[in-house]
Amino acid sequence: MLGYYLDLAVRSLKRNKILTALMIMTLALGIGASITTLTVLRLLSGDPLPQKSARLFYPQVDPNTLDGYVAGQTKPDATMAYPDAMNLLHARRAKRQAVMALTQAKIIPQHANEHPYFSDGVMTTADFFGMFDAPFQYGGGWTADDDENRAALVVIADFLNDKLFGGANSVGKVIRINDHDFRIVGVLKHWAPQPRFYTQDLGSRDYGDGDGVFMPLQTARSMDMGPEDTECYASVTDVEHLELAPCEWLGMWVELGDSAAVTDYKSFLDGYVKQQIALGRFKRSDTALLGLMGWLSDQQVVPNDARLQVYLAFGFLLICVVNTVGLLLAKCLRRSREIGVRRALGATRRAIFAQFMVEAGIVGLAGGLIGLLLAELGLLGVRHQPADYASLAHLDIQMFLFTFVVALVASLIAGLLPAWRACVMAPAPQLKAA
Amino acid sequence: MQIHPILAALRRHKAGTLLIALQIALTLAIVCNALFIIHQRLAHISEPTGVDEPNLFVIENLWGEQYSTEEAAAKVQQDLATLRQLAGVADATQSNSYPLRGGGWDNFITMKPDQISPTTDSSIYLGDEHFLRTLGVKLIAGRDFHADEVQNMGLRQNFVPPVTIVSKALADKLYPNGDALGKPFYSMSDKPTTIIGIVDRLHRSDVSTWSVPFANESLVWPVRDAQPWGVFYIVRARPGQLDAAMREAPKALYAENRMRMISPKDGVQSFAQIRHLAFESDRGMAVLMSIICLVLLAITGAGIVGLTSFWVGQRRRQIGVRRALGATHRDILHYFLTENLLISLAGIAMGIFLAFGLNLWLVKQFSSQLLPLVYVLGGVVLLILLGQGAVFAPALRASRVSPVEATRPA
Repeated sequence: MLGYYLDLAVRSLKRNKILTALMIMTLALGIGASITTLTVLRLLSGDPLPQKSARLFYPQVDPNTLDGYVAGQTKPDATMAYPDAMNLLHARRAKRQAVMALTQAKIIPQHANEHPYFSDGVMTTADFFGMFDAPFQYGGGWTADDDENRAALVVIADFLNDKLFGGANSVGKVIRINDHDFRIVGVLKHWAPQPRFYTQDLGSRDYGDGDGVFMPLQTARSMDMGPEDTECYASVTDVEHLELAPCEWLGMWVELGDSAAVTDYKSFLDGYVKQQIALGRFKRSDTALLGLMGWLSDQQVVPNDARLQVYLAFGFLLICVVNTVGLLLAKCLRRSREIGVRRALGATRRAIFAQFMVEAGIVGLAGGLIGLLLAELGLLGVRHQPADYASLAHLDIQMFLFTFVVALVASLIAGLLPAWRACVMAPAPQLKAA
Repeated sequence: MQIHPILAALRRHKAGTLLIALQIALTLAIVCNALFIIHQRLAHISEPTGVDEPNLFVIENLWGEQYSTEEAAAKVQQDLATLRQLAGVADATQSNSYPLRGGGWDNFITMKPDQISPTTDSSIYLGDEHFLRTLGVKLIAGRDFHADEVQNMGLRQNFVPPVTIVSKALADKLYPNGDALGKPFYSMSDKPTTIIGIVDRLHRSDVSTWSVPFANESLVWPVRDAQPWGVFYIVRARPGQLDAAMREAPKALYAENRMRMISPKDGVQSFAQIRHLAFESDRGMAVLMSIICLVLLAITGAGIVGLTSFWVGQRRRQIGVRRALGATHRDILHYFLTENLLISLAGIAMGIFLAFGLNLWLVKQFSSQLLPLVYVLGGVVLLILLGQGAVFAPALRASRVSPVEATRPA
């Protein structure tokens, strides 16, 4: 039966080529625009660590004064001051925990003729690599003892290892960063979570290639490397000694195994803040412990423009569908005599309905196919944009399949009304008119 | 032209009528919001900076060695002297930032040292006695910095210089009566800074949406940026010699001191490039919105042509009867034009509500601005013209139907 409907549909579509082409192009444009913008949005709002994100949490406390404070309505600051970060780190109440800040590392090449260059650096603590599942090509991370002893150790990224050592095992070699010697203890495999969740509010690195060097926080600080972003909550005169200043510049992440551990950690955090209030250091009691994905949406990582474009594209698709409904309806009403004949010869209403839905489906699939080409074209355009996520804009298999789902659903919705109108038509008047 | 028979005929084509009206409504809603967004983005892109853009370029100079504050300050002075000696260079200065850089240093500004909620927010530029002259900003009151006022600011040093030059926008925000010259304000410190000069216009270094309420509010402090990592050199070329100066400047700097990094890719940028880069995403959005608007109007137009053509085909016999009974070509043409106008008006009535609804939602979701009425009116005119244009060809075909059709079976 389906074969017969397909045959009928193709014949009918062939009969009025311009109208058919118009319907297919309309749907294709709507689908192309929607899939392009949706792919970009999915890329931007994706899960940077799918296997781990459910267990990673971002604790926040609020050392601000009571000025402008409304209990329960004021969000704690995004970053932490040094004493709080260290207290929470040393309490070791989570399975793993690390604090971090970003810095610019000036790499000074061994060979005299090469120019020095800057690389994105992370100052952090030992658990960073294990907690974030950062994979090592050679060697490994450093230990908590190295943190305390301010050991001059460094983990470098694959691209830096390629540049400096031609990709060879460089563990044990020494590189010079900001005029200090660091011994390489590990080389990462390619590791660039998208977005770079751990840099949020520490500096402006959202997407892209990943960081180049990872150094123990205390070591880097003792060598006078500063954080990229500092927020002070009281007036400061001495920002040289950031550890003592009323300034927030560290982000902290904890790994918590299950929901009981999350509840425990939250109450630990609340307890810590109460203790700080009792000591007179804190005035506000709010804390937050957002999960990784919650933290990203709190930080509004996804640019507003990207979301706006998706809404716009789907509004566009809606209009395309309405347009297709109109055109299909016109086509179907024009064929009332054919329907009358088929009904008189014994076709049921169900058969007529199916026939018209098959026709709509064919329009949808053709629209989807061309829409896919348009989406590839659109993404090609996106890849030529200067944004740091541009090179990542590709259609994956899920979006590929989703395109056809959207196309079919859109065309079948568009086909519903015309098919319904066709199947309720009474055959007798149509035949009589002839 | 009588409207009653048209309405009676439309009642027999409820679904088609409703679909065209709905499509016009949705198109109107999207198009006038999109036009508004396009206009806002274009206005943003063409914001003036107040500086001599055609002749300016910026060098991002990063030091290859670790310098102390004094060493860095001396190196900066030496570099500036080198730059000023170049044939194509009119003047050169140093700063922590420049207009349209995107991001940069900004401070809260208060009128009293202990004031809790700030009066406003200002972009901060560090400049020497060459800053105003190099950028070509117009001093409208007071004086420029003296060379002996310029202090060095090194790594994580934070002090507030006693004097400052502010933009007119900032001066007017702080002292609305226009008597800002010689008056003090506070900038996240308990020490005041006094306004010694006011410049006509100096764009902020960021181009973000959060700073829209503080547009053009910026200040210059007499400070030499002696950070250990590096500094921006802003260079003004002699008229017509921008390209030559942009080629010569990095060569001269490297010849003087090799231990520096000037990215071969974007280490030297003309102001035209800086402006292009700063508004890249706005331009992209405006282009995308324009394309979507055009395609949307085309699709709606095509939809109207398609459906009207079908109606004309369906009604050939009725048209023939009307012609036989004495209706002229013109009558038939008017009939279809009026029919489309009625449908368009219904769609537009719906569309106006949808347009404002969509705008309110955008305001809530994306804190965009309220849609001015003129965009809705523009959209209405556009869609009426589109509808009449789209229906014209099928209507003309209808008007050519011969009266003889009345005698033929349908």
